[in-house]
Amino acid sequence: ARMFLRCLSDVRWRVANPNWRGLTSSSRRSTSATAEPQPIPLPAQAQVVICGGGIMGTSVAYHLSKMGWKDVVLLEQGRLAAGTTRFCAGIVSTARHVTIELKMANYSNKLYQQLEQETGVNTGYVRTGSISLAQTQDRLISLKRVASSLKVMGIPCEIITPKQVAQLHPLLNIHDLVGAMYVPEDALVSSANVSLALATAASRNGVQIHERTSVSHVSVQKGRVAAVETDRGQIQCQYFVNCAGQWAYELGHSVEEPVNIPLHACEHFYLLTHPLKEPLATNLPTVVDPDGRIYIRTWQGGILSGGFEKNPKPLFTEGRNQLEIHNLQEDWDHFEPLLSALLRRMPDLEALQIMQLVNCPESFTPDMRCIMGESPTVRGYFVLAGMNSAGISYGGGAGKYLAEWMVNGYPTENVWPLDLKRFGSLQSSRTFLRHRVMEVMPLMCDLKVPRWDFQTGRQLRTSPLYDRLDAQGARWMEKHGFERVKYFVPPGKDLLDLDQSKTFYKPDWFDIVGSEVKCCKEAVCVIDMSSFTKFEISSTGDQALESLQYLFANDLDVPVGHVVHTGMLNEKGGYENDCSIARLSKRSFFMISPTDQQVHCWAWLKNHLPEDSGVVMEDVTWKYTALNLIGPRAVDVLSELSYAPMTAEHFPSLFCKEMSVGYANGIRVMSITHTGEPGFVLYIPIEYALHVYNEVMNMGQKYGIRNAGYYALRSLRIEKFFAFWGQDLDAFTTPMECGREFQVKLEKGMEFLGQEALLDQKQNGVYKRFTMFILEDHDTDADLWPWWGEPIFRNGRYVGRTTSSAYSYTLERHVCLGFVHHYDEKTGEELLVTTDFINQGDYQIDIAGQRFQAKAKLYPFSSLFAQRRRKDEVELSGYQRE
Amino acid sequence: FYLTPPQVNSILKANEYSFKVPEFDGKNVSSVLGFDSNQLPANAPIEDRRSAATCLQTRGMLLGVFDGHAGCACAQAVSERLFYYIAVSLLPHETLLEIENAVESGRALLPILQWHKHPNDYFSKEASKLYFNSLRTYWQELIDLNSGETTDVKEALINAFKRLDNDISLEAQVGDPNSFLNYLVLRVAFSGATACVAHVDGVDLHVANTGDSRAMLGVQEEDGSWSAVNLSYDHNAQNKQEVERVKMEHPKSEEKSLVKQDRLLGLLMPFRAFGDVKFKWSIELQKRVVESGPDQLNDNEYTKFIPPNYHTPPYLTAEPEVIYHRLRPQDKFLVLATDGLWETMHRQDVARIVGEYLTGVHHQQPIAVGGYKVTLGQMHGLLTERRARISSVFEDQNAATHLIRHAVGNNEFGSVDHERLSKMLSLPEELARMYRDDMTIIVVQFNSHVIGAY
Repeated sequence: ARMFLRCLSDVRWRVANPNWRGLTSSSRRSTSATAEPQPIPLPAQAQVVICGGGIMGTSVAYHLSKMGWKDVVLLEQGRLAAGTTRFCAGIVSTARHVTIELKMANYSNKLYQQLEQETGVNTGYVRTGSISLAQTQDRLISLKRVASSLKVMGIPCEIITPKQVAQLHPLLNIHDLVGAMYVPEDALVSSANVSLALATAASRNGVQIHERTSVSHVSVQKGRVAAVETDRGQIQCQYFVNCAGQWAYELGHSVEEPVNIPLHACEHFYLLTHPLKEPLATNLPTVVDPDGRIYIRTWQGGILSGGFEKNPKPLFTEGRNQLEIHNLQEDWDHFEPLLSALLRRMPDLEALQIMQLVNCPESFTPDMRCIMGESPTVRGYFVLAGMNSAGISYGGGAGKYLAEWMVNGYPTENVWPLDLKRFGSLQSSRTFLRHRVMEVMPLMCDLKVPRWDFQTGRQLRTSPLYDRLDAQGARWMEKHGFERVKYFVPPGKDLLDLDQSKTFYKPDWFDIVGSEVKCCKEAVCVIDMSSFTKFEISSTGDQALESLQYLFANDLDVPVGHVVHTGMLNEKGGYENDCSIARLSKRSFFMISPTDQQVHCWAWLKNHLPEDSGVVMEDVTWKYTALNLIGPRAVDVLSELSYAPMTAEHFPSLFCKEMSVGYANGIRVMSITHTGEPGFVLYIPIEYALHVYNEVMNMGQKYGIRNAGYYALRSLRIEKFFAFWGQDLDAFTTPMECGREFQVKLEKGMEFLGQEALLDQKQNGVYKRFTMFILEDHDTDADLWPWWGEPIFRNGRYVGRTTSSAYSYTLERHVCLGFVHHYDEKTGEELLVTTDFINQGDYQIDIAGQRFQAKAKLYPFSSLFAQRRRKDEVELSGYQRE
Repeated sequence: FYLTPPQVNSILKANEYSFKVPEFDGKNVSSVLGFDSNQLPANAPIEDRRSAATCLQTRGMLLGVFDGHAGCACAQAVSERLFYYIAVSLLPHETLLEIENAVESGRALLPILQWHKHPNDYFSKEASKLYFNSLRTYWQELIDLNSGETTDVKEALINAFKRLDNDISLEAQVGDPNSFLNYLVLRVAFSGATACVAHVDGVDLHVANTGDSRAMLGVQEEDGSWSAVNLSYDHNAQNKQEVERVKMEHPKSEEKSLVKQDRLLGLLMPFRAFGDVKFKWSIELQKRVVESGPDQLNDNEYTKFIPPNYHTPPYLTAEPEVIYHRLRPQDKFLVLATDGLWETMHRQDVARIVGEYLTGVHHQQPIAVGGYKVTLGQMHGLLTERRARISSVFEDQNAATHLIRHAVGNNEFGSVDHERLSKMLSLPEELARMYRDDMTIIVVQFNSHVIGAY
């Protein structure tokens, strides 16, 4: 069989080695008839050691060697491409929901297509195309959204009718379909052979490949990778790449300072059949039937069909050795629902004879996205694993991005959604992972609707007010393990249950959030924002200030008690983090960042502070409960509780002061709200949290106070055109591109990271602009809601995508935020984006294939916002004078 | 009118209880994995009782089912007291001394038993002092008797049964100044209860049985099939040896009147039991106690009635028959159940149903295609059929519940018929007892790995 590999003992894969070619390409099934080459000793040192000879390891090796890093050693504990890669179904599919994943798959497809020509290794590449079926209207919407994405990427793709489906594939039963998506350029490959081809090319480029060599330990010196211990000796190295697939978790723990790689294996079954009487053509499209939870491809005249069942079987929770992967049992009873779905989809297959039921474990991650990047704790320790059963689709692109990351310091695309640092050690509990992957695997086939929350692994991090809020009707979402309130269901009001509430249209909480927003505008609301990451940074001398002045774009040398909004930028001026920093004293600062920055921001600061800087950093996230008081009456509530005047004259905006609230003293009060509405955030030492909350609620009663959740906050900040890091802002976006020049102090008297890039942009202009779109002809009740990732069209031409959207209860319109680019009509080259270019366009937003007229704005509505905004600017200019 | 499946389930599951022996370091070192128990009433209130406890001062676990008659008072008392008597009988001299000293000086007592009780399994608060004093007298006597020999489990079980029955009898004769307690001890003595108790310590299994409840071992044969081994003999008219025993103990002149209509003196089904002083005391004693007793007792026709042909009491004993069995790895579980189960189901079927339940679907031989020619359609048919067959298994998390479901709901094909189950469970109180008896079941699951390592 094509999928079964040649028997090859330990050969160092080099072009010079006379054995390799004959062994790989011609005598795949030959046993030891060929003379056994002697194992070649491991080198004593190398620049890079890659662990894992599957599709990921070989792809990284291939791309590193292409980029000129040739001192690379790849170690594989068994044989190349013998793990999950060997068993994988070999489907290359670009129909992905997450943009970066789509880009990786698209690159992979192009890479594999020319790989045989490049290497001479038969990869089995066949362009079959793929059909994704929709049994429901909701599924069709989901496919249409993907189709919109694919089209603007230049990937051919169309939404087709059931009749057209029947024309593309003769065996399909189409009576229960409402439509389908056809991607003609999707392909099939022999995954093992792709992996071997990549290895071959890498090896020609100088990469040394050693099979039957297992890594037992990675040594660390001064927080950097120093050497790799194997069962065949030690290799000193600067970089280590963990591509160990489902063993990556355990390997990550074989380091002095464990590298947490949150993934967990599940059994995955697929069926192989004998050929049909009239063998199926090799180029018949692959069929994906997500509502039936199955995929079907042709395989040697018969079919290969597997799927993602509702009740997955996680395994290796305790960690096992690799040999067991070959002893996994077929489990027909478990496969029964998938077999039923298959026979429903292709009834003519009843008489087809079974060849085998393959049990091939796959690794899954807590959020269904793969894991890539450098460890936050050990420098030079890179990871690429956790492919959620799409390893072959991502392999090429993922390997390319990781290689770029290692060689250039960062990939050419924003890979934050895949970055290892989006996780902390909190996601590394085996119990958590076991439970979460049991939810994730079925999700592969579930409808991807907006605002989906995971149900497992919840209530891990909570605010001390959790029970109080829950009792008042809070509905929860989770971010970085932290429970946050979405909204409060008023007493007596019932919402749909979870499954029924999934919708692409107006959600059932629409009016609830509307009334919370109204209360924020007219009275006062309290939102528990404890999940935000909080650091305290201090030093004995001026080191803290000096370091922060270098790391942040805004001027932090402000009077004590002032709060500064600023970006933490990289060399290219892109946002690594967007935060608010309060100067607590001459030598100490309090920094508030988005929730999911906890690991990334810490690592960034650590890596950029000199070792002997004398700066002390502490993560105080857990120490404070944050209550956000939003609304015009917040000032009244607070002044009554503290017996201190809180009006703008006494407590201007962007100000921070420790004061007493109720009986509790030492409450850090800041006049910021993260929404643009007037109000305060109270940072309360956790033991006072319940007291302060009760006081605020009691006192607030006469001002009409009520609880609110993040959905209200989101609506408020988006209608105010506030960008959020992680949604709108990323490492490829500069303050200049999102209208935040006022948060950058280019002439603050000292150099700062990203300054040059910003100066350059200031002089020469920008290539994209953050823009606000108000949907004009969109019917909130009847039309599909925007989410994010919708293509933006200017005068009928694609110019970018949205990054977030919300319904504005004030404008009574949907607002989308997104970036507008300017592509040359003929060459596609990126041109400068000017204010005129933005203002003179006629815009449309594409929601699942339907285009809506949109009005573009570069600045927020002043009428909504004027008073507050002018005040901010006055204060900002106030700083300058000091 | 039928009960819906959820209604049926809530009736069946109302009394279910499970206990898993806790693991240490991820290992269970006990030969017992745990047990499932359940009761289904036919009488209102139910007259069956059950008990389970771990001995804390000696090793081993005690499990028992008790089938009461003429009320539930005796079964209740035995279920509360018997295990204490057994545990005390098993205690070494030093421990007894230590306990006695603690009581004497008012110090905290060493706990003797850890009970595993369903919330419905209650203990009488009012009688606890009385019961305790009787128990204390027993251990004081054991201390005085100190034989210096190590305690033999079989002997300890026999002594405990006999002693408790004796105490029940004595307490009724002596009476109690508190009128509630006085009436209670009389009700206990005048009602009766059978007992079937297992003591498991490592591979040593003892079953002490008095009456017609039954203990049965489930054995898995090498070919995977299930067989049943009896670990008790029913003490009733169907047991020839038992009939012989009774006849031996009384003069030949009574031979004809001793067993009539398969009943002892034509009245009592079990031939051994706790309580039932009407079959134990002399006529004078019965009359004296009843007359001096409270009015409720005096007005009760049953208690006043003297069995016919009552010449040479006692006719009844609580002395158990004890069977020892050394557990083997193929011994997978033990079923203790009152006659309510055994009347409706053959032990062979019990062994199979519990065995298949405990080993789960996957032991229903996983399908392997191997080299056979199987089409997708054939496989699909096979799997659908398998799924239908196992679907009833998934409803129960408790082996005892599963067994009751089969006992009550089985049709002629040996599979659960929902209609029948629903009918049987919706019988009105007064009719229920005519179609079925109270049913109490304990299923103890053994740890073959531990047993194999002995």
